[in-house]
Amino acid sequence: MIELQNVNKWYGDYHALVDVTETITSGEVVVVCGPSGSGKSTLIRTINRLEEIQGGHILLDGRDVHDPRLDVNLLRAGIGFVFQQFNLFPHLTVVDNCTLAAVQLKKMAPAEARERAMALLERVGLAHKAQALPAQLSGGQQQRVAIARALTLKPPVMLLDEPTSALDPEMVGEVLLVMRDLAKDGMTMVCVTHEMGFAREVADRVIFMDQGAVLERATPHEFFNHPQHARTQKFLADIRSPFEHGAA
Amino acid sequence: MLELIDKYWLYFLIGQYPGGPLGGLVLTLILASLGLLLSLPLGLALGLMRVSPWRWLRLPVTGFVYLVRGIPLLMVVFWAYFFLPSITGVKTNQFWTMLIALVVFDAAYLAEIVRAGIQGLPKGQMECARALGLPYLKAMRCVVLPQALRHSLPSLVNQFISTIKETSLGYIIGLTEVSFIANQINTLAFTKPVEVFGILGLTYFVLCFGLSRFAHWVERRMARQGLGGRISTKPAA
Repeated sequence: MIELQNVNKWYGDYHALVDVTETITSGEVVVVCGPSGSGKSTLIRTINRLEEIQGGHILLDGRDVHDPRLDVNLLRAGIGFVFQQFNLFPHLTVVDNCTLAAVQLKKMAPAEARERAMALLERVGLAHKAQALPAQLSGGQQQRVAIARALTLKPPVMLLDEPTSALDPEMVGEVLLVMRDLAKDGMTMVCVTHEMGFAREVADRVIFMDQGAVLERATPHEFFNHPQHARTQKFLADIRSPFEHGAA
Repeated sequence: MLELIDKYWLYFLIGQYPGGPLGGLVLTLILASLGLLLSLPLGLALGLMRVSPWRWLRLPVTGFVYLVRGIPLLMVVFWAYFFLPSITGVKTNQFWTMLIALVVFDAAYLAEIVRAGIQGLPKGQMECARALGLPYLKAMRCVVLPQALRHSLPSLVNQFISTIKETSLGYIIGLTEVSFIANQINTLAFTKPVEVFGILGLTYFVLCFGLSRFAHWVERRMARQGLGGRISTKPAA
């Protein structure tokens, strides 16, 4: 369970997160959306302490994430993080990307780590690319490897920061399907995304942010059909294709 | 020319050895190799300190790099040879003086090359390694450095080539490396400066060119493997 309590963050004078209070229960899939610059990415990056916060608390299963005495590496090993830009390690093969953390961190025997990595690559449909280098893969394949890599330490929580935003349109689907499988397996997920189809079908809850604050939280059905806030209504109208409803 | 080579080749190669101290080309090679071998790890360590998140590590190294960059190597050699013994009272041996000066000097330049290599990588690489839970130094060793050093290879080789040529400054403190010996031969042969220094120039060129070609070969080999040498994912000891 992730609890955010009055989380505040500033970049200098800029108030990036404003009093964010939110509880994400185990197994819940939460989609965070909002206009660019609204603090969505910053928010999920504070959960594994890639960003520091200046006010409030973030508790992961009761432990204060931003407690200076907390072993941040241990914390991060228990949270899978998927980046917009994949960030595969280009000098390592696909399978080595997936075994690195297990071998270096958990001192797992290479053979065992490899076996586990292969099972995960199988799951994202890329076992046949195990020996390839990241540069030899398409964007969608790279992101699927990145998801497999994030799963190697069996984290109970996954954070996904716009995982499909850097992809060509035809590759978005394959990544979303992998994410849906994860959600079905009961993974706790917080996903920043503009894929409203994914939010509609997979999310338990949608959080809408603007200017660093959470303006609205609702089930996907409520969110898309009865948005409460004017800003949310505008956002939903803006992300619709301008070619629908004869708008153009 | 042939007569010159015939008469002096052994002197050119090893100096007065075994009758006197080892010198000539062999001494130059030893000096350059040791210089490379010692300055690389030192440069690497300094480079890492220069990009370290901790100020107290970063600042002294930054100061050191600025200082060394601001003075000619010849000055460093003079200091080490004349100034240090006057404080410590211990007369420094020419070989060690030259070696230490070379290592100190080149380490500062190598540190900057290493820093550029590290900072030239996308920030996401370090961030992602940390997000997986790797501690800073482990992320550096397993993810950042293997890539950074590969990208820095051309600059590193450049610096290594400079090191070979810098050994000739040993001449100034009477170290009998190959330039010193060539000058001796020139004095002995008396009328053949073009030939003598021609051969000396050619010798340096062959060494440096050889190293360039070797580096080129390494680069191509790494390119064929994708992005460079694979690092071990074996558990750390």
